[in-house]
Amino acid sequence: MIEGILIGLKTALTFQNILMVMVGCFFGTIIGMLPGLGPMTAIALMIPITYGFDPATGLILMAGVYYGAVFGGSTSSILLNAPGVPGTVATSFDGYPMAQQGKAGKALAIAAWSSFAGGTLSAIYLLFMAPSLSKVSLSFRSPDYFALMILGLTAIAAFSSKGQFLKAMMMVVLGLMLASVGQDSLSDITRFTFNNMNLTDGISFVLVVMATFAMSEALTIILKRNDPTSAAKQVSLTELGSIKINKEERTKMYKTIPRSSVIGFLIGVLPGAGATIASFLAYGMERNVVSDVEKEKFGKGSVNGLSAPETANNAACSGSFVPMLTLGIPGSGTTAVMLGALLGFGVQPGPRLYMTNPEIFWSIIMSMYIGMVILLILNLPLIPYIARILAVPKNYLIPLILFFSVTGIYVMSFNNFDIYLMIGIAVVATFLRLYDFPMPPLILAFVLGGLMEENLRRSLLLSNGSWEFLWDRTLTACILVTTILIVVWHIYKTFKRKN
Amino acid sequence: MNINTTKIISLLFFIFSAFYLYTAYQIQVFAFDENAPFNARTFPIYLGYAGLFFSGLKLILLDPNTIKVDHKNLEYKKTGILILIAIIYGATILKVGYFLTTSLFLFASYYFLGERRWILMFLLSFPFVAAFMYLLHGILDIYLRDPFLQSIGVMG
Repeated sequence: MIEGILIGLKTALTFQNILMVMVGCFFGTIIGMLPGLGPMTAIALMIPITYGFDPATGLILMAGVYYGAVFGGSTSSILLNAPGVPGTVATSFDGYPMAQQGKAGKALAIAAWSSFAGGTLSAIYLLFMAPSLSKVSLSFRSPDYFALMILGLTAIAAFSSKGQFLKAMMMVVLGLMLASVGQDSLSDITRFTFNNMNLTDGISFVLVVMATFAMSEALTIILKRNDPTSAAKQVSLTELGSIKINKEERTKMYKTIPRSSVIGFLIGVLPGAGATIASFLAYGMERNVVSDVEKEKFGKGSVNGLSAPETANNAACSGSFVPMLTLGIPGSGTTAVMLGALLGFGVQPGPRLYMTNPEIFWSIIMSMYIGMVILLILNLPLIPYIARILAVPKNYLIPLILFFSVTGIYVMSFNNFDIYLMIGIAVVATFLRLYDFPMPPLILAFVLGGLMEENLRRSLLLSNGSWEFLWDRTLTACILVTTILIVVWHIYKTFKRKN
Repeated sequence: MNINTTKIISLLFFIFSAFYLYTAYQIQVFAFDENAPFNARTFPIYLGYAGLFFSGLKLILLDPNTIKVDHKNLEYKKTGILILIAIIYGATILKVGYFLTTSLFLFASYYFLGERRWILMFLLSFPFVAAFMYLLHGILDIYLRDPFLQSIGVMG
């Protein structure tokens, strides 16, 4: 492991990679501050630029964007009560009241230090957990992988659907259907191409991500007459005050950070869960464990109430890398985008990544830590200035997003058909978004579609067409029982809400 | 049953799944693969049934969280124009080249979205695209096809 860490450090500490983390954190912070444009859009927009890099550098850039976006989301949560990303909603519960009391700078500093500590601790957990899990996952067989993918898709549908589980499952099926277009990987038989040569290789992952996130978000902003930049304009005008944290506040944070980081990391590791659930759980748990006096302060500017979700959401971001790096199965929409990009580089994440491409595996883990330091040193003092950059009118922002989307596809294929297809998918996605059909399940399903079919094929062929493989192995059965529990729990919750 | 747009979308998805399923059954597989436990049409067939199942459930179950969209407040005109400009951009980019079409696309989009600061519009289109092209093509070595710039000798 020491050797791996040194390889990772060597790769992550090259001038180019440090620059990429800085650029990523900076760009991510900008996008994260804009309500509506989350980390997935930010990462999707970065994809064309990563074509010019090696896989490690490309992924380091995307990881930096991810952390930056979460940090940027916290800023608008605290200063404006307008969370830039769902994972920072809980941050606004105590961050915004603190800002209203004239302690905006302090709230930002608490959030930044908590994020830093949460990210650092979770990077340490990841450091120890990922190699062990990689070794364990080597014993996984096709039925286990198939069951794990079903679990991941069900979980993301359950957690991202805001009470609309069936809609999310429809998006999962749509994602899998889109992934089935093109040549069958084993027999080379073409499917659903309708004799169109452009579809023989299937639909590109970058195209689907750009269409369902970047482009459709831009169209939704115009359609709904939203102005995401108005929030940023207000941030640039806000007086921050002192960013110093006193001894009493530090003592409170020392207790909150370790427990919240553990919750955040473990929730992040679970497929489908992620930063939003982690931050709410950490907030709820913190409220239960603090003294009665402190409990009274929750919702009115509590240090613990701000520190807990911020620690947890950053820890969850690191946690979500575990299933992607060790199993090759992304746990969230954001890591699904990264997985797709990695596949584009010709790198197959999974248990063997740790052995075959140690420089990628370890440099990502190391760059997470570097990213945290950069966010703390560079972005915290620069927030008002970053916000000023953001105060560009949406009349400029939207065309630029569209431009990045089209460029991403153009440099990949030099093909008109792909651009038309992207516009078509974006229009459908915009319409579906209006009626609350979630897009992350579609992306995750699209990324997993090929792998899922391959593992189902192997399982069915080995069991001679019998579905007994689903309960033959204890591990497969356990994963499927977990999936069923998630579905049952979700149905129970829906009925409870109705009553 | 209360008919709303979500139900109509579910119905469309149901029809789409039925069509997908029908097409899945039409996939030609090799003769020796016809009765294999798994062939090229197996997974799509399962997907087709899954689509029918979930959209069917959405259709028949009561929907307590009906989403209401106020269409009067939606900006259809500008969105439509933007989509149209993007289609024209897609249609011309290969023939005219990346630099000119992208710059014109950006300029036209700014204009139709209501921007009238001409100098800023120009700076954020032509010089901006040139700088971005330099980043991609010149620094990152990503090939950008541009017949226009090639014809005037700017690009090799």
